[in-house]
Amino acid sequence: MSLDLATTRRIAKLARIGLADAELETVRQKLDGILGWFNQLSEVDVEGVPPMVGTEMEALRQRDDVVTDGNCQAAVLSNAPEKSGPFYAVPKVVE
Amino acid sequence: MSYIIEGKTGNWEIVVGLEVHAQIISQSKLFSGSSTTFGAEPNTQVSLVDAAFPGMLPVLNKECVAQAVRTGLGLNARINLQSRFDRKNYFYADLPQGYQISQFEFPIVGEGTIEIELPGGETRQIGITRLHMEQDAGKLLHDQDPARSFVDLNRSGVALMEIVSEPDIRAPEEAGAYLRKLRQILRYLGTCDGNMDEGSMRADVNVSVRKAGEPFRTRCEIKNVNSIRFVMQAIEAEAARQVEIWENGGEVDQETRLFDPARGETRTMRSKEDAHDYRYFPDPDLLPLVIEQDWVDSLKAALPELPDAKRARFQQEYGVTFYDAGVLVAEQSVADYFETVAKGRDGKLAVTWVTGDLFAAMNRMGRTIENCPVSAQALGKMLDLIADGTINGKIAKDVFEDMVETGESPDAIVEKKGLKQVTDTGVIDAAIDSVMTKNADKVDEYRSGKDKLFGFFVGQVMKETKGKANPALVNEALKTKLNG
Amino acid sequence: MLTKLTLTEARAGLAARKFSARDLAKAHLDAIDRLNPKLNAYITVVPEQDVLTAADAADARYAAGTARPMEGLPVGVKDLFCTKGIKTTAASKILANFIPPYESTVTARLLDAGSLFVGKTNLDEFAMGSANITSAYGAVLNPWQRKGDEATALVPGGSSGGSAAAVAAGLALAATGTDTGGSIRQPAAFCGIVGLKPTYGRCSRWGTIAYASSLDQAGPMTRTVADAGLMLEAMAGFDEKDSTCSNRPVPAFAQAVGKSIKGLRVGIPAEYRAPGLSPEISAMWEQGIAWLRDAGCEIVDVSLPHTKYGLATYYIIAPAECSSNLARYDGIRFGERKDAATLDGIYEATRAAGFGEEVRSRILMGTYVLSAGYYDAYYLKAQKVRTLIKRDFVEAFEKVDVLLTPTAPSAAFAQGENMADPVQMYLNDIFTVPASMAGVPALSVPVGLDSKGLPLGLQIIGRHFDEETVLSVGGALEAAAGFAHTPTLHAEAGA
Repeated sequence: MSLDLATTRRIAKLARIGLADAELETVRQKLDGILGWFNQLSEVDVEGVPPMVGTEMEALRQRDDVVTDGNCQAAVLSNAPEKSGPFYAVPKVVE
Repeated sequence: MSYIIEGKTGNWEIVVGLEVHAQIISQSKLFSGSSTTFGAEPNTQVSLVDAAFPGMLPVLNKECVAQAVRTGLGLNARINLQSRFDRKNYFYADLPQGYQISQFEFPIVGEGTIEIELPGGETRQIGITRLHMEQDAGKLLHDQDPARSFVDLNRSGVALMEIVSEPDIRAPEEAGAYLRKLRQILRYLGTCDGNMDEGSMRADVNVSVRKAGEPFRTRCEIKNVNSIRFVMQAIEAEAARQVEIWENGGEVDQETRLFDPARGETRTMRSKEDAHDYRYFPDPDLLPLVIEQDWVDSLKAALPELPDAKRARFQQEYGVTFYDAGVLVAEQSVADYFETVAKGRDGKLAVTWVTGDLFAAMNRMGRTIENCPVSAQALGKMLDLIADGTINGKIAKDVFEDMVETGESPDAIVEKKGLKQVTDTGVIDAAIDSVMTKNADKVDEYRSGKDKLFGFFVGQVMKETKGKANPALVNEALKTKLNG
Repeated sequence: MLTKLTLTEARAGLAARKFSARDLAKAHLDAIDRLNPKLNAYITVVPEQDVLTAADAADARYAAGTARPMEGLPVGVKDLFCTKGIKTTAASKILANFIPPYESTVTARLLDAGSLFVGKTNLDEFAMGSANITSAYGAVLNPWQRKGDEATALVPGGSSGGSAAAVAAGLALAATGTDTGGSIRQPAAFCGIVGLKPTYGRCSRWGTIAYASSLDQAGPMTRTVADAGLMLEAMAGFDEKDSTCSNRPVPAFAQAVGKSIKGLRVGIPAEYRAPGLSPEISAMWEQGIAWLRDAGCEIVDVSLPHTKYGLATYYIIAPAECSSNLARYDGIRFGERKDAATLDGIYEATRAAGFGEEVRSRILMGTYVLSAGYYDAYYLKAQKVRTLIKRDFVEAFEKVDVLLTPTAPSAAFAQGENMADPVQMYLNDIFTVPASMAGVPALSVPVGLDSKGLPLGLQIIGRHFDEETVLSVGGALEAAAGFAHTPTLHAEAGA
């Protein structure tokens, strides 16, 4: 399958990367080339093979339910591009 | 029960499924060590993990897993010993990571059931499809500034259970009964406080309509409805809207909608993404969650008695009716109160007092069982005073009102006010003599056959003894004297 | 000679008070002053006063006899590790002014071991690249030059190119790297140093900026194999803040170097004899095989049948994870924001301006392979092939103790080469990616120079959590090769 411009635009929108139309075409060509290269995987028989999740070396650990973190408002807000009092600020979101 | 919309083209039934988001009761968040307490200062219960700083990683809270398992057990559901956390990817200002960690493909809990009861006592089984754990998002505040929205991440990362029902619900009342029953079970289990007004329980409602016997038609999802009443209203409004569309030859679009309680209607919601494509994939920061059957068994063994079981036991052990038992177990605190009162006493008498005088008094005062001035122990003691003849039922009413007002023990009130029942036959005989003397004409009428006057004499004697006379002794002595 | 020392030599010199930690620190700061403008190996250099204060504290510990294993040793830190109070950029514009209020677990451990941080080394933006040309702070220059063609600027490899260049040129005794598909091993080979990617889970990922979470692993970049062991001891270990971090004990890695390797079985995977492999690389590989045979190893031919699918699998899985991992760079809580009227406008402008072209491409590719309709064909398929790749290794390690392969298909190439076709660039990772996919440890050791005078490395791959055998074999290879070359651009050149 070949990657079209509409799909490229939809992907850029999903990824929230604002691209001008000219850039979109460049990106489309680059991704399309790589996607073609991925087609080699179609020759691998994966019948009955489970997907690898993580690196299967450890079981998931669980921690005790204890409050050990938080209460660091200054650190949380320390790098904010825009804040107002104790909040991060963004343009008004209409719901 | 059937809920039918009569349309121009015939009768329509509604098909409803509910997705309930219930906040798990835990000290700390699902994947971080910050506190979950409600109502803290903005952005104080936030760790750098919750704010998704670079390089921050999630670590699973074991108690949240236990709470999800307990809930699954309470819903008679299959517990999956292997489950997995996936990322649900989308952008929004309340979602710091740019994804929500959730369980998409392999939830921790599979199929289960909830039995709901409908008016008239009919019961129905509503299927549970699944229950999974996921992170809550932060909160946006829109009313603080004319041009900007503010972000508070205190809720970001708090553990939720999403409990998904089968599309088994056929009436708004059934949806209400389902939610009440689910909330009741969660509260009994102690896994969610069920407070919809604080947002710790909220529902997404899937609604479609169809003619009898048809396959399902397109459904709409009404997001984030935050009260049981609104859920029922939203279903009615949405079903009516869909019927109208179909009957006018239109097509219902599958979409996400919002319920506007002020207007009593649903409207299209601006979706978080124009096209929903959440790109779920296994969270590579976490490994598959594996739990042991032994652990599940130990959680099961430690589960509290659930409402259905308690109701059956109350009927059997205390001889209360199915209806009364239902009233008593509606809230665990009431059930506990009742059981303290009833244990070792006359269960029927206990239920009469609890659901009668006690509930009436609490209603009057706007109190709940938790802050009721009459303790279960005190009410039980009062029933003892009735049982051992210290006071009679009529005096007990006065004693109870006094207990409600003063919070004093029944013994103290009986003692202080001298309400002890009169069982001295001499005193009773004297009172009867006095009444008969004052009402000689009525004695004659009675003796000439007007039996109905017996009640009048009882009343007068009780009045003469200020209500304290033992009614049985009064009856006996009166009969002897009047007939003598 | 202070900037040519190994960690082990420097530690001994400091302990014997042959020179002070202050002398050592000053020599490195001076080298950075002179060479960094040309090499661009560091994005941020720690202020001299801070380095010297720390050096004085180290001297005090030596005097008091309380010196720790890395006490006073000048180390470069890849600018992907968050360092408390020190700007951390991931070589991206989007984090141009990010000052972490926390210290990554790996760097915290290095500090606890006494290390002296001199600066944050350059890298490919968000560790995505094999040539260190995608950094928003400029490309890194390889300190090595082609004989007779000194004017051509060579790449140091990537993504840990700044770390490799710094260690090779004498701007740090050692440096941290991170390896996702070869980002420690390939630049180590290009710059003539040692680079070790430990087993996935050996080092905590907490506080290290994520590229692809199921592959990312921190490791040491040093001048000798023994140094790599020493430094890994300081970096590794259980961390309850990383759910994928192993709680196995950390062995005394440095002691593994010098142990006899007699009788070990060394596998030579047939599939790594890829068509088109340069004769020089091939010859160096044969030489390595001969050295190990001479050291008493049994050489065994093995097969890793799914090797050729490693790259395509990697370039599906890593971008998929990165597309999600990098969603947090949205201009709301930290990082550079590009203003716009709407929230979505901010996202799109911030991310378009903040990410460079390669990062954008990988995010878009990852978004694509995870999106509805394509997930099964790409991502799920790749995860299944990944299972097969891992099985190849597990089965091979039933027959042999380690594998020996070239680290990279070529020596360092010129800036501008391999740039037109992304797939051509990806081919640099052909020998390093499979071990990353399987999560096994792998070490690159410099073993010789090619005909143009550029270093070549061989790779030793071991069983999960068996870094010790890898280090033993690496030590033997190092001893046999006796690689003692330094690049043209070096702190001590002409001195």
